[in-house]
Amino acid sequence: MESAQLSFWCRCLAHRSFVVGGCLTGVLALSAIVSLVWTPWDPIKQNLRERFVAPSWEHLLGTDQFGRDIFSIIMQGAQNSITVGIVSVSIGMAFGVALGLWASAKRGWTEELVMRASDFMYAFPAILLAIMLVATLGQGAINAIVAIGIFSIPVFARLTRGAANAIWAREFVLAARAAGKGKFRITIEHILPNIISVLVVQATIQFALAILAEAALSFLGLGAQPPTPSWGRMLNEARSMIFINPWLAVYPGVAIAVAVLGLNLLGDGLRDVIDPRLARKR
Amino acid sequence: MSVFLAKRFLTFIVTLLGATVLTFLALEILPGDPAAVILGIDAPESAIQALRDKLGLDRPILERYFVWLGDIVTLRFGVSFTYSTPVIELVKARLAITIPLALMAMVLSAAVAFGLGVYAASRHNQPGDVTVMSISQLGISIPNFWLALLLILLFAVNLRWFASGGFPGWQNGVWPAFRALLLPAIALATVQGAILARFTRSAVLDTMREDYVRTARAKGLSRRATLWRHVLRNAMIPVITIMGLQFANLLAGTIIVEEVFAMPGLGRLILQAISNRDVAVVRDVVLMLAALVVFINFIVDILYAVIDPRLKPHDV
Amino acid sequence: MTLLSVENLSVTLKTVRGPARAVRNLSFDLEKGKTLGIVGESGCGKSLTALAIMGLLPENGWADGRVTLGGENLLDYSEDQMCHVRGDRIGMVFQEPMTSLNPLHTVGKQIAEAMILHRGMNRGEARAEVIRLLDLVGIPQPAKRVGSYPHQLSGGQRQRVMIAIALSCGPELLIADEPTTALDVTIQKQILDLIKNLIEDLGMAMILISHNLAVISQNVQDVIVMYGGTRVESGPTNAVFSDLSHPYSQGLFSAVPQIDDTKASRRRLTTIPGTVPELADLPAGCTFQERCIYVTDACRPTPPPVVQVGEGHNVACLHIEAARTAWGAR
Repeated sequence: MESAQLSFWCRCLAHRSFVVGGCLTGVLALSAIVSLVWTPWDPIKQNLRERFVAPSWEHLLGTDQFGRDIFSIIMQGAQNSITVGIVSVSIGMAFGVALGLWASAKRGWTEELVMRASDFMYAFPAILLAIMLVATLGQGAINAIVAIGIFSIPVFARLTRGAANAIWAREFVLAARAAGKGKFRITIEHILPNIISVLVVQATIQFALAILAEAALSFLGLGAQPPTPSWGRMLNEARSMIFINPWLAVYPGVAIAVAVLGLNLLGDGLRDVIDPRLARKR
Repeated sequence: MSVFLAKRFLTFIVTLLGATVLTFLALEILPGDPAAVILGIDAPESAIQALRDKLGLDRPILERYFVWLGDIVTLRFGVSFTYSTPVIELVKARLAITIPLALMAMVLSAAVAFGLGVYAASRHNQPGDVTVMSISQLGISIPNFWLALLLILLFAVNLRWFASGGFPGWQNGVWPAFRALLLPAIALATVQGAILARFTRSAVLDTMREDYVRTARAKGLSRRATLWRHVLRNAMIPVITIMGLQFANLLAGTIIVEEVFAMPGLGRLILQAISNRDVAVVRDVVLMLAALVVFINFIVDILYAVIDPRLKPHDV
Repeated sequence: MTLLSVENLSVTLKTVRGPARAVRNLSFDLEKGKTLGIVGESGCGKSLTALAIMGLLPENGWADGRVTLGGENLLDYSEDQMCHVRGDRIGMVFQEPMTSLNPLHTVGKQIAEAMILHRGMNRGEARAEVIRLLDLVGIPQPAKRVGSYPHQLSGGQRQRVMIAIALSCGPELLIADEPTTALDVTIQKQILDLIKNLIEDLGMAMILISHNLAVISQNVQDVIVMYGGTRVESGPTNAVFSDLSHPYSQGLFSAVPQIDDTKASRRRLTTIPGTVPELADLPAGCTFQERCIYVTDACRPTPPPVVQVGEGHNVACLHIEAARTAWGAR
């Protein structure tokens, strides 16, 4: 590894937020990956003789109203959350970054238009439109992911355009333009590499927000449908069980909180390492 | 200043129009036939077609948009097919729940957030600051509907201090109504409050680094006097912007929180209308909500002009 | 009569790379009504010295030594006690007039603030005094300007307001940290003249900090040249400037372009090789050793002794003779 990269990773590991966030996110990722091939029990199979078993070594978190092992369901739920995060952030970045770069390069009324549009989507209660979209297009994980992805587009567009504008004003870019380089090439060769770090930080934050948003949609029944495990939907199902086994309402929420917290801390840690000037406030 | 106000007003109107377009289009991609949904799939084709003609569903999209826009502007809202009541009536009843809820949540979150944010900033990098940051970090990571569930678990199921949901109505006394709003408001306020607290803290820290703060200290003002007279008022400017944006999030949050607490508010109305495909309700109510959000942001812009003398007219 | 006495003042900053001694063992006296200039490059510790006197060091810095004002060591004062000193006994003017005033308060309010605080005036009394001060610093239409906001004033006018603030309670000492650096050249002279006149009229002492030799040479009675946090040369301004004896002072002087019809102006502009070292990396001996053309091994282990070369004119260097000879011959 080059010494610059090595020093980067050293600084990362020395940073508390990064380490804690990284561990929590790692747990999330691990759950998702491991549950692809193995979980302690089959999360879908019902076993009505083992309903509402208390937590034990066999069933770490006990069983639910259908006798299914809660721990296994939660493990598999991680798959859903990770998928939502990755796909929706990818959609948001792909379109948002492109829009932002285009607006920044073109300036003038193109930039105005793109910015007004994203400002507008910012002001509008996004989850409201997401609910509308998913309700009209039909429930299901895919539609939920797409809706969430669409609403991260303006976030990335604004961020990209702001960061890109700052780079366009820098002298080495002016030098490149004076040398005759076209805007497209400058964007790819100079602008993009310099804003990548800011985008990565935002991506982790959007990942966290996506998990929260999907949990909300699933809670309303608009996300992943049974039998696919979804933490949000589990919380909704727990509502009717609240007097019988209140813990059903706790575990999925903890899972969501841990995942989101991990990603937020990771993003904060990355931000501090990448731009120490911002670290002054921490 | 009048130029400033005029520009802001123009932005307000344009954004509002944009909201109408967006809302209208979002429902246009509705697959299936609204008339068929209303009458039921077993209804005869002729009846369905008759309803389509009556509702003007076959007209070109632009025409339908402008007809609707005209109705909205003259405040002629539609009629709900689920309840067979005008949308306006439904909204009026629901507003009495959602608006107080949102306001309570806003006040709660602001009060807690300002206090915590300023406290953390004044104890920068000391244990007090770290504590506040950790708590708020947790606050922004939990889903508000989960917090709502936990609150119900603790206060309603276990402690039995509050009911687990529902709303007794204002006519039965202010205090019972207030009690019913408290838990939902706390659920809403916590997440927003955590975000606002972090933001307030960084706004105050930023302001504390300004040169005029150094000037104030060089005059002999104590740290506390400097904080109150020079830092806070200046730091409020960015904080107020965020609060305006937060209002949109709050309203969105009421949708879910009302659902959890089974409160017949505006949010719940929208949810039910969406699942019932009650197009008129969805379209009109969503637009009302959007208009409210845009209006609040407009007010925030005006507040700027009041607070910041750089935007006032002067005779130099 | 000595007004301010600084003895072995050291300012240390906590940095990522360990503690950095930004000012080391600085000592000087300032008499009542006299003016002192501190000159040196950016990063030599001039501003930190001023902040140490005022008790306004940043969070990661602390000061050792003695700073005696009126017989008491300011460094021993509590924050509360320092609040009584600042603005009342010592006034300070900073470098950036554009950002040193609160944009949300009127100019009048900001000038009155110190007076209300230290002199217990009410708003009416303060207002009258503010108008008098605005007039004193040369702001036209002072009665109207009381209600102006900072953004309505030019840079030069804002700096005049800053001066008014610093003088408002009649302090014994004025510290001006690069007061004209951020202003247009034409305004600079006006502001400096204003400060000079006010100091004389009010019988105040002044410490003027600048990196600009011309500013220093024309406006102060005594001068201290600083490098790497230490005093390298000091004395009465005329004596020092006509007889520069430290390699650094000489280098500083040579680096100023001369635009007139003398032998000096036709000479190639000299520069001091190397760059200012990082504070955390300052060497144990003479701080200038890495860039000095006269350096020998004797310069490295310990700081050089202070030698008197003229009336009140002191230099901290082991190679004064060589430097002076070379300087005289140029």
